Amino acid sequence: MLKNITLGQYYPVDSWVHRLDPRVKILLTIALIVAVFLVRSMVGYAILLTFIFLASCLANVPFRLMIKGLKPLRFILILTFLLNLFFQSGGGEQEILVHWWIITITRAGLRQAVFFSARLALLVICTSLMTLTTSPIQLSDGIELLLSPLKIIHFPAHELAMMMSIALRFIPTLLEEADKIMKAQMARGADFESGNLIKRAKAMVPLLVPLFVSAFRRAGDLAMAMEARCYHGGEGRTRLRVLKLTRHDLFAVIAVALLIGVIILERAAMPDGWPL
Amino acid sequence: MAEENRIQAEAVSYTYEEAETPALSQVSLAVKPGEFVAVLGHNGSGKSTLAKLLNALYVPTEGRVLVCGMDTRDDDRLWDIRRAAGMIFQNPDNQIVATLVREDVAFGLENLGVPHDEMVERIDRALEAVHMTAYAATAPHMLSGGQKQRVAIAGILAMTPLCLIADEATAMLDPSGRREVLDTVHRLNREEGISVVWITHFMEEAATADRVVVVSDGQTVLSGTPREVFTEVEKMREIHLDVPHMADLAKRLRDAGMPLREGILSVDEMTEEVCRLLCPSN
Repeated sequence: MLKNITLGQYYPVDSWVHRLDPRVKILLTIALIVAVFLVRSMVGYAILLTFIFLASCLANVPFRLMIKGLKPLRFILILTFLLNLFFQSGGGEQEILVHWWIITITRAGLRQAVFFSARLALLVICTSLMTLTTSPIQLSDGIELLLSPLKIIHFPAHELAMMMSIALRFIPTLLEEADKIMKAQMARGADFESGNLIKRAKAMVPLLVPLFVSAFRRAGDLAMAMEARCYHGGEGRTRLRVLKLTRHDLFAVIAVALLIGVIILERAAMPDGWPL
Repeated sequence: MAEENRIQAEAVSYTYEEAETPALSQVSLAVKPGEFVAVLGHNGSGKSTLAKLLNALYVPTEGRVLVCGMDTRDDDRLWDIRRAAGMIFQNPDNQIVATLVREDVAFGLENLGVPHDEMVERIDRALEAVHMTAYAATAPHMLSGGQKQRVAIAGILAMTPLCLIADEATAMLDPSGRREVLDTVHRLNREEGISVVWITHFMEEAATADRVVVVSDGQTVLSGTPREVFTEVEKMREIHLDVPHMADLAKRLRDAGMPLREGILSVDEMTEEVCRLLCPSN
Protein backbone atom coordinates (compact mmCIF):
# COMPACT_ATOMS: atom_id res chain seq x y z
CA MET A 1 0.00 0.00 0.00
CA LEU A 2 2.93 2.29 0.62
CA LYS A 3 4.56 1.56 -2.68
CA ASN A 4 2.84 4.21 -4.70
CA ILE A 5 2.37 7.20 -2.51
CA THR A 6 2.46 10.59 -4.15
CA LEU A 7 3.98 13.31 -2.09
CA GLY A 8 2.27 16.56 -1.40
CA GLN A 9 -0.48 17.53 -3.79
CA TYR A 10 1.37 16.89 -7.01
CA TYR A 11 -0.95 15.75 -9.79
CA PRO A 12 1.36 13.80 -12.11
CA VAL A 13 0.22 14.45 -15.66
CA ASP A 14 2.05 16.08 -18.51
CA SER A 15 0.85 19.49 -19.56
CA TRP A 16 1.93 22.90 -20.69
CA VAL A 17 1.75 24.21 -17.14
CA HIS A 18 3.62 21.20 -15.71
CA ARG A 19 6.49 21.83 -18.09
CA LEU A 20 6.96 25.45 -17.09
CA ASP A 21 10.14 26.30 -15.24
CA PRO A 22 9.54 25.91 -11.48
CA ARG A 23 11.29 29.21 -10.82
CA VAL A 24 8.82 30.96 -13.09
CA LYS A 25 5.92 29.16 -11.47
CA ILE A 26 7.01 30.20 -7.99
CA LEU A 27 7.44 33.84 -9.01
CA LEU A 28 4.15 33.89 -10.92
CA THR A 29 2.35 32.42 -7.94
CA ILE A 30 3.72 35.23 -5.81
CA ALA A 31 2.49 37.67 -8.48
CA LEU A 32 -0.95 36.07 -8.38
CA ILE A 33 -1.05 36.43 -4.61
CA VAL A 34 -0.26 40.11 -4.99
CA ALA A 35 -3.03 40.33 -7.59
CA VAL A 36 -5.49 38.82 -5.10
CA PHE A 37 -4.66 41.60 -2.66
CA LEU A 38 -5.05 44.26 -5.34
CA VAL A 39 -8.61 43.27 -6.10
CA ARG A 40 -11.28 45.63 -4.80
CA SER A 41 -14.51 44.10 -6.00
CA MET A 42 -16.16 40.80 -6.61
CA VAL A 43 -15.80 41.49 -10.33
CA GLY A 44 -12.05 41.37 -9.84
CA TYR A 45 -12.34 38.02 -8.09
CA ALA A 46 -14.46 36.72 -10.92
CA ILE A 47 -11.72 37.72 -13.38
CA LEU A 48 -9.07 36.01 -11.26
CA LEU A 49 -11.12 32.87 -10.83
CA THR A 50 -11.74 32.67 -14.57
CA PHE A 51 -8.01 33.01 -15.18
CA ILE A 52 -7.20 30.21 -12.76
CA PHE A 53 -9.94 28.05 -14.21
CA LEU A 54 -8.45 28.49 -17.69
CA ALA A 55 -4.99 27.72 -16.31
CA SER A 56 -6.25 24.54 -14.69
CA CYS A 57 -7.68 23.48 -18.06
CA LEU A 58 -4.26 24.10 -19.62
CA ALA A 59 -2.69 22.10 -16.80
CA ASN A 60 -4.98 19.09 -17.26
CA VAL A 61 -5.83 19.34 -13.58
CA PRO A 62 -9.53 18.94 -12.72
CA PHE A 63 -10.75 22.22 -11.24
CA ARG A 64 -12.58 20.40 -8.44
CA LEU A 65 -9.17 19.22 -7.13
CA MET A 66 -8.26 22.84 -6.56
CA ILE A 67 -11.55 23.49 -4.81
CA LYS A 68 -10.86 20.38 -2.73
CA GLY A 69 -7.74 22.11 -1.47
CA LEU A 70 -10.05 24.44 0.41
CA LYS A 71 -11.53 21.68 2.51
CA PRO A 72 -8.90 21.68 5.27
CA LEU A 73 -9.41 25.43 5.55
CA ARG A 74 -13.18 25.34 5.85
CA PHE A 75 -13.18 26.29 9.54
CA ILE A 76 -10.94 29.26 8.97
CA LEU A 77 -13.10 30.30 6.04
CA ILE A 78 -16.28 30.05 8.06
CA LEU A 79 -14.69 31.87 10.97
CA THR A 80 -13.50 34.67 8.69
CA PHE A 81 -16.96 34.94 7.26
CA LEU A 82 -18.74 35.05 10.62
CA LEU A 83 -16.33 37.46 12.29
CA ASN A 84 -16.60 39.90 9.44
CA LEU A 85 -20.35 39.48 9.32
CA PHE A 86 -20.96 40.30 12.98
CA PHE A 87 -18.17 42.63 13.86
CA GLN A 88 -18.04 44.95 10.94
CA SER A 89 -16.90 48.23 12.31
CA GLY A 90 -17.82 51.11 10.18
CA GLY A 91 -18.85 54.51 11.27
CA GLY A 92 -21.87 56.44 10.19
CA GLU A 93 -25.29 55.49 8.95
CA GLN A 94 -25.55 51.82 8.12
CA GLU A 95 -28.22 49.88 6.38
CA ILE A 96 -29.33 47.17 8.74
CA LEU A 97 -30.37 43.89 7.17
CA VAL A 98 -31.11 41.81 10.25
CA HIS A 99 -31.50 42.93 13.78
CA TRP A 100 -32.30 40.31 16.35
CA TRP A 101 -31.39 40.35 20.04
CA ILE A 102 -27.72 41.37 20.18
CA ILE A 103 -27.02 40.38 16.60
CA THR A 104 -26.91 43.04 13.98
CA ILE A 105 -26.01 42.38 10.39
CA THR A 106 -25.41 45.35 8.19
CA ARG A 107 -25.13 45.43 4.42
CA ALA A 108 -21.51 46.54 4.71
CA GLY A 109 -20.82 43.67 7.09
CA LEU A 110 -22.21 41.14 4.67
CA ARG A 111 -20.15 42.65 1.88
CA GLN A 112 -17.01 42.53 3.92
CA ALA A 113 -17.64 38.94 5.03
CA VAL A 114 -18.08 37.70 1.47
CA PHE A 115 -15.13 39.74 0.26
CA PHE A 116 -12.63 38.52 2.81
CA SER A 117 -13.59 34.87 2.66
CA ALA A 118 -13.33 35.06 -1.12
CA ARG A 119 -9.87 36.58 -0.78
CA LEU A 120 -8.72 33.76 1.47
CA ALA A 121 -10.20 31.08 -0.78
CA LEU A 122 -8.53 32.58 -3.85
CA LEU A 123 -5.15 32.72 -2.13
CA VAL A 124 -5.35 29.00 -1.50
CA ILE A 125 -6.55 28.21 -5.00
CA CYS A 126 -3.71 30.23 -6.56
CA THR A 127 -1.03 28.40 -4.61
CA SER A 128 -2.56 25.00 -5.19
CA LEU A 129 -2.32 25.66 -8.93
CA MET A 130 1.45 25.64 -8.36
CA THR A 131 1.68 22.71 -5.96
CA LEU A 132 -0.58 20.56 -8.13
CA THR A 133 1.55 21.10 -11.22
CA THR A 134 5.07 21.12 -9.75
CA SER A 135 6.68 18.02 -8.26
CA PRO A 136 8.29 18.50 -4.84
CA ILE A 137 11.75 17.93 -6.26
CA GLN A 138 11.18 20.60 -8.92
CA LEU A 139 9.94 22.93 -6.23
CA SER A 140 13.09 22.38 -4.20
CA ASP A 141 15.22 23.00 -7.30
CA GLY A 142 13.28 26.18 -8.02
CA ILE A 143 13.64 27.39 -4.45
CA GLU A 144 17.37 26.64 -4.43
CA LEU A 145 17.99 28.58 -7.62
CA LEU A 146 15.79 31.49 -6.59
CA LEU A 147 17.50 31.72 -3.23
CA SER A 148 21.02 31.22 -4.55
CA PRO A 149 21.74 34.96 -4.89
CA LEU A 150 21.39 35.05 -1.10
CA LYS A 151 24.50 32.89 -0.82
CA ILE A 152 26.42 36.15 -0.76
CA ILE A 153 25.05 36.79 2.70
CA HIS A 154 25.79 33.13 3.60
CA PHE A 155 22.25 31.92 3.27
CA PRO A 156 22.48 28.09 2.95
CA ALA A 157 20.40 27.75 -0.23
CA HIS A 158 22.11 24.57 -1.44
CA GLU A 159 21.98 22.90 1.97
CA LEU A 160 18.31 23.73 2.28
CA ALA A 161 17.51 22.16 -1.08
CA MET A 162 19.69 19.12 -0.32
CA MET A 163 17.85 18.61 2.95
CA MET A 164 14.52 18.86 1.18
CA SER A 165 15.46 16.34 -1.45
CA ILE A 166 16.87 13.89 1.10
CA ALA A 167 13.68 14.23 3.12
CA LEU A 168 11.67 13.47 0.00
CA ARG A 169 13.87 10.47 -0.74
CA PHE A 170 13.43 9.03 2.75
CA ILE A 171 9.72 9.63 3.32
CA PRO A 172 8.70 6.38 1.57
CA THR A 173 11.50 4.46 3.30
CA LEU A 174 10.49 5.69 6.74
CA LEU A 175 6.80 5.10 6.05
CA GLU A 176 7.59 1.53 5.09
CA GLU A 177 9.61 1.14 8.24
CA ALA A 178 6.85 2.65 10.41
CA ASP A 179 4.47 0.14 8.90
CA LYS A 180 6.85 -2.71 9.71
CA ILE A 181 7.42 -1.57 13.31
CA MET A 182 3.69 -1.10 13.79
CA LYS A 183 3.02 -4.66 12.67
CA ALA A 184 5.81 -5.98 14.88
CA GLN A 185 4.41 -4.15 17.91
CA MET A 186 0.87 -5.28 17.11
CA ALA A 187 2.10 -8.86 16.94
CA ARG A 188 3.32 -8.37 20.47
CA GLY A 189 0.00 -7.04 21.67
CA ALA A 190 0.29 -3.31 21.11
CA ASP A 191 -3.03 -1.64 20.48
CA PHE A 192 -3.02 1.44 18.27
CA GLU A 193 -6.71 1.68 17.57
CA SER A 194 -8.79 1.77 20.72
CA GLY A 195 -9.10 4.21 23.59
CA ASN A 196 -9.35 7.97 23.72
CA LEU A 197 -6.99 10.46 22.17
CA ILE A 198 -4.50 10.47 25.03
CA LYS A 199 -4.39 6.68 25.20
CA ARG A 200 -3.82 6.49 21.47
CA ALA A 201 -1.10 9.10 21.60
CA LYS A 202 0.61 7.09 24.32
CA ALA A 203 0.32 3.95 22.21
CA MET A 204 2.42 5.71 19.56
CA VAL A 205 5.48 5.80 21.84
CA PRO A 206 6.62 2.24 21.08
CA LEU A 207 6.27 3.09 17.40
CA LEU A 208 8.05 6.44 17.46
CA VAL A 209 11.03 5.48 19.61
CA PRO A 210 12.36 2.73 17.31
CA LEU A 211 11.51 4.86 14.28
CA PHE A 212 13.58 7.76 15.59
CA VAL A 213 16.48 5.52 16.56
CA SER A 214 16.54 4.03 13.10
CA ALA A 215 16.20 7.44 11.45
CA PHE A 216 19.30 8.62 13.27
CA ARG A 217 21.20 5.50 12.29
CA ARG A 218 20.17 6.00 8.68
CA ALA A 219 21.29 9.62 8.85
CA GLY A 220 24.72 8.52 10.07
CA ASP A 221 25.04 5.89 7.35
CA LEU A 222 23.87 8.29 4.68
CA ALA A 223 26.32 10.97 5.74
CA MET A 224 29.13 8.43 5.48
CA ALA A 225 27.95 7.24 2.06
CA MET A 226 27.67 10.82 0.80
CA GLU A 227 31.19 11.59 1.95
CA ALA A 228 32.47 8.42 0.32
CA ARG A 229 30.99 9.77 -2.91
CA CYS A 230 32.92 13.01 -2.59
CA TYR A 231 30.12 15.22 -1.30
CA HIS A 232 31.57 18.44 0.01
CA GLY A 233 28.75 20.95 -0.06
CA GLY A 234 27.46 23.05 -2.90
CA GLU A 235 30.79 24.50 -3.95
CA GLY A 236 32.01 23.48 -7.40
CA ARG A 237 29.02 21.25 -7.88
CA THR A 238 27.38 20.73 -11.26
CA ARG A 239 23.80 19.62 -11.71
CA LEU A 240 22.12 16.87 -13.66
CA ARG A 241 18.78 18.63 -13.61
CA VAL A 242 19.27 21.87 -15.45
CA LEU A 243 16.48 24.40 -15.59
CA LYS A 244 16.12 26.29 -18.83
CA LEU A 245 13.76 29.11 -19.57
CA THR A 246 11.78 28.62 -22.76
CA ARG A 247 9.43 30.84 -24.71
CA HIS A 248 6.54 29.06 -22.96
CA ASP A 249 7.75 30.59 -19.71
CA LEU A 250 7.65 33.96 -21.45
CA PHE A 251 4.03 33.34 -22.53
CA ALA A 252 3.09 32.49 -18.95
CA VAL A 253 4.71 35.68 -17.68
CA ILE A 254 2.89 37.74 -20.31
CA ALA A 255 -0.44 36.12 -19.41
CA VAL A 256 -0.03 36.91 -15.73
CA ALA A 257 1.18 40.43 -16.51
CA LEU A 258 -1.95 41.03 -18.59
CA LEU A 259 -4.09 39.70 -15.77
CA ILE A 260 -2.47 42.05 -13.28
CA GLY A 261 -2.99 44.90 -15.74
CA VAL A 262 -6.71 44.10 -15.89
CA ILE A 263 -6.89 43.88 -12.09
CA ILE A 264 -5.25 47.29 -11.75
CA LEU A 265 -7.75 48.76 -14.19
CA GLU A 266 -10.56 47.19 -12.20
CA ARG A 267 -9.11 48.68 -9.04
CA ALA A 268 -9.05 52.12 -10.64
CA ALA A 269 -12.63 51.72 -11.77
CA MET A 270 -13.80 50.88 -8.26
CA PRO A 271 -12.19 53.57 -6.18
CA ASP A 272 -14.61 53.49 -3.29
CA GLY A 273 -14.16 49.98 -2.03
CA TRP A 274 -16.20 46.88 -2.12
CA PRO A 275 -19.60 47.03 -3.73
CA LEU A 276 -21.26 43.68 -3.69
CA MET B 1 57.94 -2.18 -14.35
CA ALA B 2 54.82 -3.62 -12.80
CA GLU B 3 51.94 -1.23 -12.18
CA GLU B 4 51.77 0.03 -8.61
CA ASN B 5 49.34 -1.52 -6.16
CA ARG B 6 45.88 -0.03 -6.25
CA ILE B 7 45.69 -0.23 -2.49
CA GLN B 8 48.54 -0.66 -0.13
CA ALA B 9 47.99 -0.76 3.63
CA GLU B 10 51.22 -0.88 5.58
CA ALA B 11 51.09 -2.08 9.19
CA VAL B 12 47.89 -0.15 9.79
CA SER B 13 46.39 0.26 13.24
CA TYR B 14 43.23 2.08 14.15
CA THR B 15 41.81 2.86 17.57
CA TYR B 16 38.36 4.42 17.89
CA GLU B 17 38.03 7.45 20.12
CA GLU B 18 37.21 6.43 23.68
CA ALA B 19 38.19 2.82 22.96
CA GLU B 20 41.01 1.21 24.85
CA THR B 21 41.99 -1.57 22.54
CA PRO B 22 42.63 -0.93 18.86
CA ALA B 23 39.95 -2.15 16.46
CA LEU B 24 42.69 -3.00 14.01
CA SER B 25 46.36 -3.58 14.70
CA GLN B 26 49.30 -4.01 12.36
CA VAL B 27 47.25 -5.06 9.35
CA SER B 28 48.89 -5.03 5.95
CA LEU B 29 47.10 -5.51 2.68
CA ALA B 30 48.10 -5.02 -0.92
CA VAL B 31 45.64 -5.09 -3.79
CA LYS B 32 47.08 -5.40 -7.28
CA PRO B 33 45.42 -3.98 -10.40
CA GLY B 34 42.55 -6.24 -11.47
CA GLU B 35 42.70 -8.35 -8.35
CA PHE B 36 39.62 -9.55 -6.43
CA VAL B 37 40.46 -9.77 -2.74
CA ALA B 38 37.97 -11.01 -0.19
CA VAL B 39 38.30 -9.99 3.44
CA LEU B 40 36.60 -12.57 5.59
CA GLY B 41 35.81 -12.13 9.25
CA HIS B 42 33.18 -12.20 11.95
CA ASN B 43 31.19 -9.29 13.30
CA GLY B 44 33.52 -7.13 15.31
CA SER B 45 36.63 -8.58 13.70
CA GLY B 46 37.61 -5.15 12.40
CA LYS B 47 36.84 -5.78 8.76
CA SER B 48 34.49 -2.80 8.42
CA THR B 49 37.06 -0.57 10.06
CA LEU B 50 39.57 -1.79 7.51
CA ALA B 51 37.16 -0.89 4.70
CA LYS B 52 36.73 2.65 5.97
CA LEU B 53 40.49 3.08 6.22
CA LEU B 54 40.88 2.20 2.57
CA ASN B 55 39.15 5.30 1.21
CA ALA B 56 40.06 7.86 3.83
CA LEU B 57 36.77 7.81 5.73
CA TYR B 58 39.06 6.98 8.63
CA VAL B 59 42.72 7.89 8.85
CA PRO B 60 44.98 5.25 10.45
CA THR B 61 46.32 5.98 13.94
CA GLU B 62 49.48 4.07 13.01
CA GLY B 63 50.92 2.95 9.72
CA ARG B 64 49.74 4.30 6.41
CA VAL B 65 47.35 3.54 3.58
CA LEU B 66 48.19 4.33 -0.02
CA VAL B 67 45.44 4.44 -2.64
CA CYS B 68 47.01 4.44 -6.10
CA GLY B 69 50.08 5.95 -4.51
CA MET B 70 48.17 8.67 -2.64
CA ASP B 71 48.49 8.74 1.14
CA THR B 72 45.07 8.87 2.83
CA ARG B 73 46.48 11.30 5.41
CA ASP B 74 46.93 13.87 2.65
CA ASP B 75 43.86 16.11 2.84
CA ASP B 76 44.55 17.70 -0.52
CA ARG B 77 44.09 14.41 -2.32
CA LEU B 78 40.98 13.39 -0.37
CA TRP B 79 38.54 13.64 -3.29
CA ASP B 80 40.97 11.96 -5.69
CA ILE B 81 41.34 9.10 -3.23
CA ARG B 82 37.60 8.66 -2.78
CA ARG B 83 37.09 8.82 -6.53
CA ALA B 84 39.75 6.17 -7.12
CA ALA B 85 38.50 3.87 -4.37
CA GLY B 86 34.70 3.86 -4.53
CA MET B 87 32.80 2.27 -1.72
CA ILE B 88 29.47 0.53 -1.39
CA PHE B 89 27.91 -0.10 1.98
CA GLN B 90 25.83 -2.71 3.70
CA ASN B 91 22.41 -1.09 3.88
CA PRO B 92 21.09 -0.52 0.36
CA ASP B 93 18.58 2.09 1.55
CA ASN B 94 21.00 4.26 3.45
CA GLN B 95 23.32 5.04 0.57
CA ILE B 96 20.87 6.22 -2.05
CA VAL B 97 20.58 9.97 -1.94
CA ALA B 98 18.28 11.00 -4.75
CA THR B 99 14.64 10.36 -5.54
CA LEU B 100 15.28 8.80 -8.95
CA VAL B 101 17.78 6.14 -10.00
CA ARG B 102 19.58 8.19 -12.62
CA GLU B 103 19.79 11.18 -10.33
CA ASP B 104 21.37 9.03 -7.68
CA VAL B 105 23.97 7.79 -10.13
CA ALA B 106 24.58 11.45 -10.94
CA PHE B 107 25.26 12.36 -7.31
CA GLY B 108 28.98 11.56 -7.30
CA LEU B 109 29.47 13.22 -10.69
CA GLU B 110 27.69 16.36 -9.51
CA ASN B 111 30.03 16.45 -6.52
CA LEU B 112 33.04 16.15 -8.80
CA GLY B 113 31.76 19.00 -10.95
CA VAL B 114 31.49 16.99 -14.17
CA PRO B 115 29.89 19.02 -17.01
CA HIS B 116 26.26 18.18 -17.79
CA ASP B 117 26.63 16.49 -21.18
CA GLU B 118 29.45 14.26 -20.03
CA MET B 119 27.47 13.44 -16.92
CA VAL B 120 24.52 12.14 -18.95
CA GLU B 121 26.85 9.97 -21.01
CA ARG B 122 28.60 8.50 -17.99
CA ILE B 123 25.31 7.80 -16.20
CA ASP B 124 23.97 5.91 -19.20
CA ARG B 125 27.15 3.88 -19.44
CA ALA B 126 27.21 3.08 -15.71
CA LEU B 127 23.57 2.01 -15.66
CA GLU B 128 24.14 -0.20 -18.67
CA ALA B 129 27.14 -1.83 -17.01
CA VAL B 130 25.01 -2.95 -14.07
CA HIS B 131 22.00 -3.77 -16.31
CA MET B 132 19.76 -1.18 -14.73
CA THR B 133 19.09 1.01 -17.78
CA ALA B 134 15.40 0.08 -17.73
CA TYR B 135 15.05 1.54 -14.24
CA ALA B 136 16.70 4.91 -14.90
CA ALA B 137 13.54 6.87 -14.08
CA THR B 138 12.33 4.69 -11.20
CA ALA B 139 12.13 5.77 -7.58
CA PRO B 140 14.62 3.82 -5.44
CA HIS B 141 12.01 2.57 -2.96
CA MET B 142 10.35 0.63 -5.78
CA LEU B 143 13.47 -1.50 -6.32
CA SER B 144 14.53 -4.76 -4.69
CA GLY B 145 17.56 -4.86 -2.39
CA GLY B 146 19.80 -6.35 -5.07
CA GLN B 147 18.71 -3.71 -7.56
CA LYS B 148 19.39 -0.94 -5.07
CA GLN B 149 22.91 -2.26 -4.52
CA ARG B 150 23.43 -2.34 -8.28
CA VAL B 151 22.33 1.29 -8.45
CA ALA B 152 24.86 2.06 -5.72
CA ILE B 153 27.53 0.27 -7.79
CA ALA B 154 26.53 2.30 -10.84
CA GLY B 155 26.90 5.46 -8.78
CA ILE B 156 30.48 4.48 -8.00
CA LEU B 157 31.17 3.20 -11.50
CA ALA B 158 30.18 6.53 -13.05
CA MET B 159 33.07 8.08 -11.15
CA THR B 160 35.48 5.73 -13.01
CA PRO B 161 37.12 4.17 -9.97
CA LEU B 162 40.20 1.97 -10.09
CA CYS B 163 39.12 0.04 -7.06
CA LEU B 164 35.76 -0.93 -5.58
CA ILE B 165 35.43 -1.53 -1.84
CA ALA B 166 32.30 -3.42 -0.85
CA ASP B 167 31.65 -3.37 2.87
CA GLU B 168 29.33 -6.34 3.42
CA ALA B 169 27.32 -5.24 0.42
CA THR B 170 25.29 -8.45 0.39
CA ALA B 171 24.66 -8.90 4.11
CA MET B 172 21.14 -7.52 3.99
CA LEU B 173 20.05 -9.18 0.77
CA ASP B 174 18.17 -12.38 0.02
CA PRO B 175 20.10 -15.19 -1.72
CA SER B 176 19.06 -14.16 -5.25
CA GLY B 177 19.96 -10.53 -4.56
CA ARG B 178 23.32 -11.65 -3.22
CA ARG B 179 24.03 -13.67 -6.33
CA GLU B 180 22.99 -10.72 -8.52
CA VAL B 181 25.31 -8.25 -6.78
CA LEU B 182 28.30 -10.59 -6.53
CA ASP B 183 27.98 -11.56 -10.20
CA THR B 184 27.83 -7.89 -11.19
CA VAL B 185 30.98 -7.09 -9.26
CA HIS B 186 32.80 -10.11 -10.64
CA ARG B 187 31.87 -9.07 -14.16
CA LEU B 188 33.11 -5.51 -13.62
CA ASN B 189 36.31 -6.92 -12.15
CA ARG B 190 36.83 -9.12 -15.21
CA GLU B 191 35.70 -6.76 -17.94
CA GLU B 192 36.77 -3.36 -16.67
CA GLY B 193 39.78 -4.49 -14.66
CA ILE B 194 38.52 -2.78 -11.51
CA SER B 195 40.21 -4.13 -8.40
CA VAL B 196 37.79 -5.30 -5.75
CA VAL B 197 38.03 -5.52 -1.98
CA TRP B 198 35.06 -7.66 -1.05
CA ILE B 199 34.39 -7.59 2.68
CA THR B 200 32.06 -10.31 3.84
CA HIS B 201 31.27 -12.93 6.41
CA PHE B 202 29.92 -15.33 3.81
CA MET B 203 32.46 -18.02 3.16
CA GLU B 204 30.90 -18.98 -0.18
CA GLU B 205 31.42 -15.44 -1.43
CA ALA B 206 35.01 -15.35 -0.26
CA ALA B 207 35.61 -18.62 -2.12
CA THR B 208 35.02 -16.85 -5.45
CA ALA B 209 37.88 -14.37 -4.90
CA ASP B 210 41.43 -14.48 -6.23
CA ARG B 211 42.75 -14.11 -2.72
CA VAL B 212 41.25 -14.33 0.75
CA VAL B 213 42.41 -12.44 3.81
CA VAL B 214 40.97 -13.62 7.10
CA VAL B 215 40.80 -11.10 9.94
CA SER B 216 39.98 -11.82 13.54
CA ASP B 217 40.26 -9.53 16.55
CA GLY B 218 41.75 -6.78 14.43
CA GLN B 219 44.55 -8.89 13.03
CA THR B 220 45.24 -10.76 9.84
CA VAL B 221 45.11 -14.45 10.65
CA LEU B 222 45.34 -16.12 7.28
CA SER B 223 45.98 -14.99 3.77
CA GLY B 224 46.21 -16.85 0.49
CA THR B 225 44.14 -18.31 -2.32
CA PRO B 226 40.73 -19.60 -1.28
CA ARG B 227 42.11 -23.13 -1.62
CA GLU B 228 44.99 -22.44 0.72
CA VAL B 229 42.83 -20.68 3.27
CA PHE B 230 39.90 -23.04 3.39
CA THR B 231 42.00 -26.13 3.82
CA GLU B 232 43.32 -24.68 7.07
CA VAL B 233 40.30 -26.23 8.74
CA GLU B 234 41.66 -26.18 12.27
CA LYS B 235 42.84 -22.59 12.18
CA MET B 236 39.50 -21.47 10.77
CA ARG B 237 37.67 -23.38 13.51
CA GLU B 238 39.76 -21.67 16.12
CA ILE B 239 38.38 -18.29 15.10
CA HIS B 240 34.88 -19.71 14.69
CA LEU B 241 34.71 -19.46 10.96
CA ASP B 242 33.22 -22.14 8.78
CA VAL B 243 34.93 -23.86 5.92
CA PRO B 244 33.22 -25.42 2.89
CA HIS B 245 31.67 -28.79 3.74
CA MET B 246 33.99 -30.72 1.46
CA ALA B 247 37.08 -29.16 3.02
CA ASP B 248 35.70 -30.23 6.39
CA LEU B 249 34.96 -33.76 5.15
CA ALA B 250 38.40 -34.10 3.59
CA LYS B 251 39.99 -33.10 6.87
CA ARG B 252 37.98 -35.70 8.80
CA LEU B 253 38.75 -38.44 6.31
CA ARG B 254 42.44 -37.60 6.44
CA ASP B 255 42.30 -37.66 10.24
CA ALA B 256 40.66 -41.10 9.99
CA GLY B 257 43.59 -42.29 7.92
CA MET B 258 42.48 -41.84 4.32
CA PRO B 259 45.34 -40.45 2.22
CA LEU B 260 43.31 -37.73 0.44
CA ARG B 261 45.22 -34.97 -1.31
CA GLU B 262 45.21 -31.42 0.05
CA GLY B 263 43.08 -28.63 -1.35
CA ILE B 264 39.68 -30.22 -1.90
CA LEU B 265 36.85 -27.70 -1.86
CA SER B 266 34.02 -28.91 -4.11
CA VAL B 267 31.87 -32.02 -4.33
CA ASP B 268 33.29 -32.81 -7.78
CA GLU B 269 36.85 -32.70 -6.53
CA MET B 270 35.93 -34.93 -3.62
CA THR B 271 34.18 -37.48 -5.87
CA GLU B 272 37.17 -37.58 -8.17
CA GLU B 273 39.62 -38.04 -5.30
CA VAL B 274 37.57 -40.75 -3.58
CA CYS B 275 37.21 -42.61 -6.91
CA ARG B 276 40.94 -42.36 -7.46
CA LEU B 277 41.59 -43.89 -4.06
CA LEU B 278 38.98 -46.62 -4.32
CA CYS B 279 39.72 -47.74 -7.86
CA PRO B 280 43.37 -46.93 -8.48
CA SER B 281 43.22 -48.76 -11.83
CA ASN B 282 41.22 -45.88 -13.40
